[in-house]
Amino acid sequence: MKPKKILNANEISTILNRLSFQLIEDHNLFNETVLIAIQPRGGLLAKRISNLINKHEKNNNLKLGFLDITFFRDDFRRSEKVLKASVTEIDFIIENKTVVLVDDVLFTGRSIRAALNAIQSFGRPKEIQLLTLIDRRFSRELPIQPDYCGTQVDSRLNEKVIVNWDENDGEDSVYLYKNKK
Amino acid sequence: MSNLSVDNLLGIKYLNKSDLNLIFKTSDNFKEIINRKIKKVPSLRDVTIANLFFENSTRTKLSFELAQKRLSADVVNFSSSGSSISKGETLIDTVNNILSMKVDMIVMRHPNPGASVFLSKNVDSCIINAGDGTHEHPTQALLDAYSLIEKIGDLKNRNILIVGDIMHSRVALSNIFTYQKLGANVTVCGPKSLIPKSIESLNVSVETDFRKALKNSDAVNMLRIQNERMSNSYFPSVREYVQQYGLTMSLLNSINKEVIVMHPGPINRGVEITSEVADSNQAIILDQVENGVAVRMAIMYLLAAKLK
Repeated sequence: MKPKKILNANEISTILNRLSFQLIEDHNLFNETVLIAIQPRGGLLAKRISNLINKHEKNNNLKLGFLDITFFRDDFRRSEKVLKASVTEIDFIIENKTVVLVDDVLFTGRSIRAALNAIQSFGRPKEIQLLTLIDRRFSRELPIQPDYCGTQVDSRLNEKVIVNWDENDGEDSVYLYKNKK
Repeated sequence: MSNLSVDNLLGIKYLNKSDLNLIFKTSDNFKEIINRKIKKVPSLRDVTIANLFFENSTRTKLSFELAQKRLSADVVNFSSSGSSISKGETLIDTVNNILSMKVDMIVMRHPNPGASVFLSKNVDSCIINAGDGTHEHPTQALLDAYSLIEKIGDLKNRNILIVGDIMHSRVALSNIFTYQKLGANVTVCGPKSLIPKSIESLNVSVETDFRKALKNSDAVNMLRIQNERMSNSYFPSVREYVQQYGLTMSLLNSINKEVIVMHPGPINRGVEITSEVADSNQAIILDQVENGVAVRMAIMYLLAAKLK
């Protein structure tokens, strides 16, 4: 079955602008706030947002890190494939900072749970918030909700939401696939 | 990402090149983790591992145990002294008893060559060979290769020299298999009496002139004389051995080339290697030890994914 396009490049661009303004509004110059992208899929989203913040607010002190959560997942040995690790790159202190976790799709919430555990290895943040481009609502398995959300999508458990980025896939788009493994 | 092609780590000879690369790539991730302030991840939280050491060990045992603890595995340790082995229990019985207590993975060092292969055929568990007599010591060879790649990059067509007691060394055999699978050329060097007669069948070059061999090498692995495995004398005296095969600073300086010096430990300072060389910048002996934990974490992580 043909996948359904949920968002096109223009819509994504509008959403990213809105999210970056919301972040600027809440966190000013980012003196006490850091962005941490969840690898691998949150990385490009976080880079886009940090570029937009740099464009809209020239004097900011925004720091961007990347967090790999592979070894913190709770489905290791329960999933068929070996989990592939990405690079963790956090070269600043998160102690007492507000951390905004960034990921592309929020589904069951298990990745975010793993990220919450993984982030503990780097210190004790003052507060942790969550930004996602897509919130697949009504499918949460854990009590986790986003603080900043691009758009909400209603989907079945066997469906899959895929976010494409120009840098990797040649276009900015979000698709909903039926019955995709 | 692919899986390992094996369910146990019995020896390097059972691995293929993509297994080696998968292990090295996973080790990179764990090396980053053990250099964090909080060096622990919960990956193996539900896995119990027994360390069975029927032979003495400092580095390997500590390294395995640290690796297990940093992966949050539950660990039980066993050493043959003070155990029921002295009451006449067989290896299979001992291990089956341990497995009955719901242990998922066995790390074993044993003085008899082939002990871990034998065990893997007779018990139903994941076995990691931590050295079996004069046969193989796969984790050591993997960490050697990982450390060397970290220092000089791809090992393809590089020349690697292994010096010393080739006959009694399990490190030598695992080293040879690993380096060859990675495309390197291996030369062994030592007194004729300590080089197995049939070693050329492994496509290894043999050189008895240490200086000449060193000149053609990118890296040298200095092995210890395994006195505990020798039933009769293989060379006239330690002094004579040192003169011919001991690595000294003046020898290293006399060749116009930076050769990386490795040693699997324990070092007999002043015998196979002088203190000066062991502590020099050319030696990566302590890097090997550091990487040992990361490589062992990677191996156990990858094997745990294959547990039923």
